Amino acid sequence: MTGTMNWFIFTLLSPLTGGLLLAFIRQPARSSAINIGFSCATLIGSLGLAVAVLQQGSHEALAGFFFLDAYNVFLITLTSFVSLTTSIFSGPYMRFEWLHRDLPEQRLRLYHAMFQLFVFGMLLGFTTNNIGVLWIALELATLATVLLVSLYRTPASIAAAWKYFMLAGMGIALALLGTILIFFTSSTIFGHSNDALTWTLLFAHAGELDASVMMMAFAFLMVGYGTKIGLAPMHAWLPDAHAEGPTPVSAVLSGLLLNLALYALVRFKMLVDGATGTAVAGHIMIAFGLFSLCIAALSLHKQHDIKRMFSFSSIEHMGLMTVAFGIGTPLANFAGLLHMTVHSLVKSGIFFTVGHAAQAMGSQNMEQIRGLIRHHPGIGWGLLTGTAAIAGFPPFGVFTSEFLLFSAILDTYPWLILPLLAGLLVAFAGLFRFVQPMVFGPVPAHAIAIEANMLPVYIHFALALLLGLAIPGPLANWYEQAATLIAGGAAL
Amino acid sequence: MSLSMTLWVLNLAQAALMVLAAPLLAGIIQKCKARLQNRRGAPILQPYRNLLKLFGKEALLAENASWIFRTTPYVLFTTTALAASVVPVFLVDLPSALIADVIAMAALLALARFWLALAGMDIGTAFGGMGASREMTFSAMAEPAMLMSMFVMSLGAHSTNLSTMVQHALHLDHLLPSVAFALAALLMVAIAENGRIPIDNPSTHLELTMIHEAMILEYSGRHLALIEWASQIKLLLFATLIISLFVPWGIAESPAIQPVLAALVFWFGKVVLLAVALAVLETGLAKIRLFQVPEYLSTAFVLAFLGMLVHYILEVGA
Amino acid sequence: MDDVMLQEAISVAASLMLLISFALLAQHRLLSVLHWFAAQGVVLALTTLLVAVISGHYELYFSALMTLLLKGALLPWLLWRIIRKMHVHREVEPLVNMPVTMLIALTLVLICFYVALPIERMSQLVTHNTLAIAMATVFLGMLMMITRKKAITQVIGFLSIENALFFTAVGATHGMPMIVELGVAFDVLIAAIIFGLFFTHMRNTFDSLDLDVIQEKSKR
Repeated sequence: MTGTMNWFIFTLLSPLTGGLLLAFIRQPARSSAINIGFSCATLIGSLGLAVAVLQQGSHEALAGFFFLDAYNVFLITLTSFVSLTTSIFSGPYMRFEWLHRDLPEQRLRLYHAMFQLFVFGMLLGFTTNNIGVLWIALELATLATVLLVSLYRTPASIAAAWKYFMLAGMGIALALLGTILIFFTSSTIFGHSNDALTWTLLFAHAGELDASVMMMAFAFLMVGYGTKIGLAPMHAWLPDAHAEGPTPVSAVLSGLLLNLALYALVRFKMLVDGATGTAVAGHIMIAFGLFSLCIAALSLHKQHDIKRMFSFSSIEHMGLMTVAFGIGTPLANFAGLLHMTVHSLVKSGIFFTVGHAAQAMGSQNMEQIRGLIRHHPGIGWGLLTGTAAIAGFPPFGVFTSEFLLFSAILDTYPWLILPLLAGLLVAFAGLFRFVQPMVFGPVPAHAIAIEANMLPVYIHFALALLLGLAIPGPLANWYEQAATLIAGGAAL
Repeated sequence: MSLSMTLWVLNLAQAALMVLAAPLLAGIIQKCKARLQNRRGAPILQPYRNLLKLFGKEALLAENASWIFRTTPYVLFTTTALAASVVPVFLVDLPSALIADVIAMAALLALARFWLALAGMDIGTAFGGMGASREMTFSAMAEPAMLMSMFVMSLGAHSTNLSTMVQHALHLDHLLPSVAFALAALLMVAIAENGRIPIDNPSTHLELTMIHEAMILEYSGRHLALIEWASQIKLLLFATLIISLFVPWGIAESPAIQPVLAALVFWFGKVVLLAVALAVLETGLAKIRLFQVPEYLSTAFVLAFLGMLVHYILEVGA
Repeated sequence: MDDVMLQEAISVAASLMLLISFALLAQHRLLSVLHWFAAQGVVLALTTLLVAVISGHYELYFSALMTLLLKGALLPWLLWRIIRKMHVHREVEPLVNMPVTMLIALTLVLICFYVALPIERMSQLVTHNTLAIAMATVFLGMLMMITRKKAITQVIGFLSIENALFFTAVGATHGMPMIVELGVAFDVLIAAIIFGLFFTHMRNTFDSLDLDVIQEKSKR
């Protein structure tokens, strides 16, 4: 018990201290190393935490204020892993930006401090047992990313960050309204105290919560956190924020922040399901997910900016996950969790690659990016592999999770197969239509040689491949635990 | 004398009081305004003298004036006086309130306005038509606002009968926000309906901005006297309506001598206070531009509508 | 100090909040928007104080003080300084004209009323009937954010949503637990600071706080 506790405190405090410390370090080289160090420490902490939780089962920490179960500890590990690889990637990437786009040192300091604070917000959001604090943590992570998106201070980046700020602000306000509504009904059971916001208590007494209030709260939470997930039609901020921020930020936005919002939504869905005893919440999620998938797949075709294009692919996949969790059977949840993992890994890997590609070609415009394989084989093959992986080619993990999802759908809502498959095919066509000319063909004259750090990318893709070929026993066990937990304890 | 007889007599007395006291209110307002502008001003009874003088003069008619033009002053005066007779002044339980409720009262006022607009267009002068068109445009927005604010009050009273509404208002023991909204809306409408500053200026004939005055430009003699009188009655009617619905304290609930006399004193005091307030307001404000009037009136409507929503949300079932 | 009094006091406060939300939407001048926004903060603080006195939740006294200082004074003052320093054009430019905005706003209140109807029936708390109004004020704040072109009016809209949420919490549930309230206030403060930063950047980069101009220039 105390072992878990120590791991937990270590994991949570590491990014916070890192963020505070990095705010005072001026030399970019040193701060990038420190950034990696702290991310590494966070990963070690979360691995220790994961092992402890898997051995001892879920439990609460620090007087019930924090809560660890199979579901969130898995996401904590994923988060710290991706943030570590991102910090490794961002070393050379940000140095290039510093040298070539005259980013002042002070801005780099802001970048590193905000990056760690963002990770802290993420971890706090995942571990807190208080749905109010969950909101605060998500807002904290959002505010940190707003500053990161506007890092370049170009007109476009400021406009994008403003849009992100405003839309996220509106969304998050609705989510707070939903949270207040839950408190409104739960305070009649638990009294006017923190208990009424404590997720574990709420979950245990979900049946006693007023169904109509919970349903209404869910409507607000759906739109509110849905904005942060990037679900259509609230997705307008997402492509801009991805395109205009530095690439490591795009990677963590797609790979991590969207996950936290979806995690929050799923947590609330569990409560609402318990309160209403119906699957209405799930149906709402399916509708939003499906709509996002189709919109994103179609919008993808109209893009010129490579990061925008891949951010629409993120919307598409978040939609798919929302559908999976909306269906809510253990198998579907399993598929959703697996998809979340694989998507985080692959998409952040793709953004790393895209970042280097854009640096090499001096533009994010897809018409300017040509002949990557000849210019820098690592980047070219990376982009091709990543695109194949994200499009759902076997043997990558995305294929496995989509396959699982489809089998779950066949058991529940078979008619969903058609629109989902159509959306995926349209997106697939869009991805390859753009990626093929970028990867092959002659090298354009404006290409410059860059120092690319492809190691994180390969690690990510290798993991995605591994998950596609055979999910390791302990990991599968882990997924299973989480999936049954989300489904409300039913067997797989 | 039976009770119902007494009530009818008192009712008639009330109506007569409204009609007779109306010029006095106009006189008080004029005097107050003059004082506020550091003038000595005409005596308070001046409006009576004006009316007398006008009655003694010959009524000139334009050559192409039809019967509409000739009958309008009488219609105007009668409908306004009728409307005034249903508003409780010093006694709550009015028999006439059974004949005409608040909607009928608004309809009577609308009828008067309709005739006036017709008369304005009848002669065919540019100003008459202009005034009529403006009057109808604004009334299309003022009337919903007025009715809406009346409805807020009648929702609480569960009746559109003015007597019942006043009685309900008299026995309110809660602080009701919806009433405040209705009051604000009705005050705004009252100012607009009576053509006071900041909507219209009753004391100038400035061609481009006038509304009410433009329609009656062609009238003279006894016709003009009746129209002037009718508009004074209308002002007193709105004042009394506001007083009876929103500050009804002191109004008599039984036709006994003492409460009725006391109520009379209370009513008079409250009307004078309102007159002073109006004078201060008119001295302090400038007339707003004509195209801002719709916004002013829609604000009144929004307020009244909010009053209704607030009533439903906060007060029903509370 | 009984339930009836609490009910009345909260009702009055709720109507004031609703009125202020409409007033914020109806203003033509930026400074009057700001004044109404400050008034909203003060009403909010007073409401909190009232609920604190009547319900006996002591932490609400602290909330009331914090609200008064933060939302009634500090934030309006900061915004006022920005308006003055940046020479923002003083007229509010709505995307939709005022009467239409008002109609939309009224419809929103109606919808909220119907949505909140079943909830109000079930609640035992004396302050339950403010829920519809609280929700309506949130939506009116959003309407303001959506229909205004200037960054600064959008921010006021955003902050008024925050006020409305706080009012919802105080009116419907006697306030959230202290830890949550502090966290939310902290986030709002950080958000306000970031807003300030953004205004400076926007002015330096675009020479304007008008979002049309910003969209236009960022495309080049």
